[in-house]
Amino acid sequence: MKWLIDSDTSKLEFVREVEEESGIKIFACYQCSKCSAGCPIAFEMDYLPNQIIRMAQLGMKERVLASRTIWLCAGCETCTTRCPREVDLAAVMDALRIIALREKVKPSERDVQLFNKIFLSTVRKYGRVFEGEMIGRFNISSGHLFKDIFKAPKLLKRGRLKIFPALTDVKKMKDIFKGTEDI
Amino acid sequence: MLVVDQLPKTELQEIPFKTKIPRIGVFICHCGINIAGVVDVEKVASEFAKIPGVVHSIDYKYMCSNPGQELITTTIKEKKLNGVIVAACSPRMHETTFRNAALKAGLNPYRVEIANIREQCSWVHQNEKEKATEKAIQIIYSILEKVREDQTLEASHSDVEKKALVIGAGIAGIQAALDIAQAGYPVILVEKESCIGGHMTKLAETFPTLDCAACILTPRTVEVSQTPKIKLYTYSEIEEISGLVGDFRVKIRRKARSVIEERCTGCGICQEKCPKKNIPSEHEEGMGTRKAIYISFPQAVPNIPVIDRESCIFYKTGKCKVCQKFCEPEAIDFEQQDEIIEEKVGAIVVATGFKQLGKDLYGEYGYGKYKDVINSIQFERLQSASGPTLGEIRRPSDGKIPKIVVFIQCVGSRDRSKGIPYCSSICCMYTAKHSMLYKHKVHDGQAYVFYIDVRAAGKGYEEFWARAVEEEGAIYLRGRVSRLFEKDGKIVVRGSDTLSGTQIEIEADMVVLASAICAHPSAIELAKKLRIPYDQYGFFTEAHPKLRPVETTTMGLFLAGACQAPKDIPTTVAQASAAASKVLGLLSQEKLSHDPITAVIDDEICSGCGLCVEACFYGAREIDGIKQISTVKEVLCEGCGACTVACPNGATQLKNFTKEQILSMVDVML
Repeated sequence: MKWLIDSDTSKLEFVREVEEESGIKIFACYQCSKCSAGCPIAFEMDYLPNQIIRMAQLGMKERVLASRTIWLCAGCETCTTRCPREVDLAAVMDALRIIALREKVKPSERDVQLFNKIFLSTVRKYGRVFEGEMIGRFNISSGHLFKDIFKAPKLLKRGRLKIFPALTDVKKMKDIFKGTEDI
Repeated sequence: MLVVDQLPKTELQEIPFKTKIPRIGVFICHCGINIAGVVDVEKVASEFAKIPGVVHSIDYKYMCSNPGQELITTTIKEKKLNGVIVAACSPRMHETTFRNAALKAGLNPYRVEIANIREQCSWVHQNEKEKATEKAIQIIYSILEKVREDQTLEASHSDVEKKALVIGAGIAGIQAALDIAQAGYPVILVEKESCIGGHMTKLAETFPTLDCAACILTPRTVEVSQTPKIKLYTYSEIEEISGLVGDFRVKIRRKARSVIEERCTGCGICQEKCPKKNIPSEHEEGMGTRKAIYISFPQAVPNIPVIDRESCIFYKTGKCKVCQKFCEPEAIDFEQQDEIIEEKVGAIVVATGFKQLGKDLYGEYGYGKYKDVINSIQFERLQSASGPTLGEIRRPSDGKIPKIVVFIQCVGSRDRSKGIPYCSSICCMYTAKHSMLYKHKVHDGQAYVFYIDVRAAGKGYEEFWARAVEEEGAIYLRGRVSRLFEKDGKIVVRGSDTLSGTQIEIEADMVVLASAICAHPSAIELAKKLRIPYDQYGFFTEAHPKLRPVETTTMGLFLAGACQAPKDIPTTVAQASAAASKVLGLLSQEKLSHDPITAVIDDEICSGCGLCVEACFYGAREIDGIKQISTVKEVLCEGCGACTVACPNGATQLKNFTKEQILSMVDVML
């Protein structure tokens, strides 16, 4: 891998964009890699969390936005909690996903984004998550038709999975959605 | 060596211990498990309990502890011992401790001997416990032979010349000289250059507080010139040093300045009128020019010019003398010769500083080839308000303001293949400072720093470099640079960043090399004159890295500043004050005691061949003109034994290391 730094300063704009979106000082990171050391998803990632930050520091926008890591991050905040430099890595990952969507970069983890979308649409529709519909729609859209299907009877029996949605205050939820979209 | 007779004399004389019958005590130290973990100390103790002449043999956990020393003292008194062996660590560690313990009991300290069963036995034979025990016994047997023949010796005393010499007037030398002078002792301060202040005069601002170097240094240089107790010799070098602690004889060469210092008013008209221009200025590190007669910089102390005879038109052609014509006080003296001054001092502080690595080691970085590749001290000059660009950051080739500046750390340092495996210690911090100051002056510029590690161990240092990165926007790239090359008026820097696993190429406008801090090229020559040890890199060696950090192995000679190892200003100043306090400790003594273990001469058999005179490193031996035999100057003798080996007929012996003693020590071993 080779990286050219010349008088074109637009590359460094990316750092500012991420900082603005996340409200986090990217250059506070001194690359101790404690985030990567504790990340439960690290084994699946193409770049470790600290590497994502490093690439962001150097302005490697394309590489960062195309990475699987930013989609695989579950936002568990283990990294955020443990970071000695108070870098809220989970917030940075959120910001990177937002920038990727805004810039219409095709997510390298298609299913993750699909899940996010369906999750949010059920919330919008019912005021809270409705697992039954969400799993059904996700399995159909993703093409993994029978994914986790055998877990359904047990979940139904224990009441963790409902046949009908439990409606909450749908109107208020819609207002919240509208409010965030206006921002 | 200073020795152990700090107790009042009366106490010593009360107890008679001169008896022909040996009454020896053997004390075996466990040193925790250092010795006892390998050597069977109880067996050793019981072995010696059986030996005739040994009246006491005992082992103890820590002999050097207070109860351990007490054990020795009380046993000497109770059993009326006239010889003591402490089998423990190296005599370098605790010989003095145990000799003092003996002194407390009224035993002559030179009847105490150390058997080294730690460094020379237990530590090196950890896997052979039985053999180690055997060896420990052998070692003690041989020391026993020595103790039997040891004589009672008394330390000799000499006067102290209550004056100090400080060599080098950088910040270290200045601090040491001021400290000593403020305590009331006269100081001779010798500086090789035409003015004082050293490297610090070239610096712009200093880390980690960014206070201006000139603002904190010039009050000190002025104070030196105004302190009556300090006699300042600039443009002078040490020619020769002889003598010893308390009585050093120093010859100082005052190089011909071609200007009579007493007459010169420092008006500067000579410099103004001198027709020989454009000589690269040493003070500006070649980034600016000076005349053939010059004052290094406006705030120079002393404010007296010097003629560079290599460049001066008069010295080349015999004509010119323009400066002389304009000099009203008639201070110019073309006939001036070097002058040798002799001084007598009691103690010496060596503060000769360092030199930054030149262009010889890193061809791939093109220093000296590409104009826009400069070293860090040149960058300091660019930043300095009194520098060649009056503090504006402009690159040397075309005077443009550089928008991308790459700083490369560890140029030479930590590079074993180039023979500089050590860390230069200050580059991390001054590079952080440089990147910061650059940003202060070029707001739209970007600084990149190639580094291997950032070593920020001082007070406020870590916060300082974090500030460079987080607030001043310097981008740190972790890796070495492979090479630099010119392309379309840019310097292309090819390096890498291990943190992102990327090869990096930067099209820079200017590159600054943090070149290694090296010993001054003349350091070794000086070390030989001073008889002080130096390491393989030419840095002077302290007597002990932890416990005697400003002393040398030669008594009365102390170290301060970067001549000992690369170091920053706070550490240098601290070390200089430490050296000064050591000097004061010495000068405040009425008399100095000397180790009585010196060479003695048997007049009867000396043939006056003079081999001992040649062998003596300290000038302590000479041939008596009348008797035609050799003599020993005891105060100069360090007891090294070189003359005793050189002596062909055994006329020269070392006290308590006589030929008979050494032979019987060897005999008992075989």
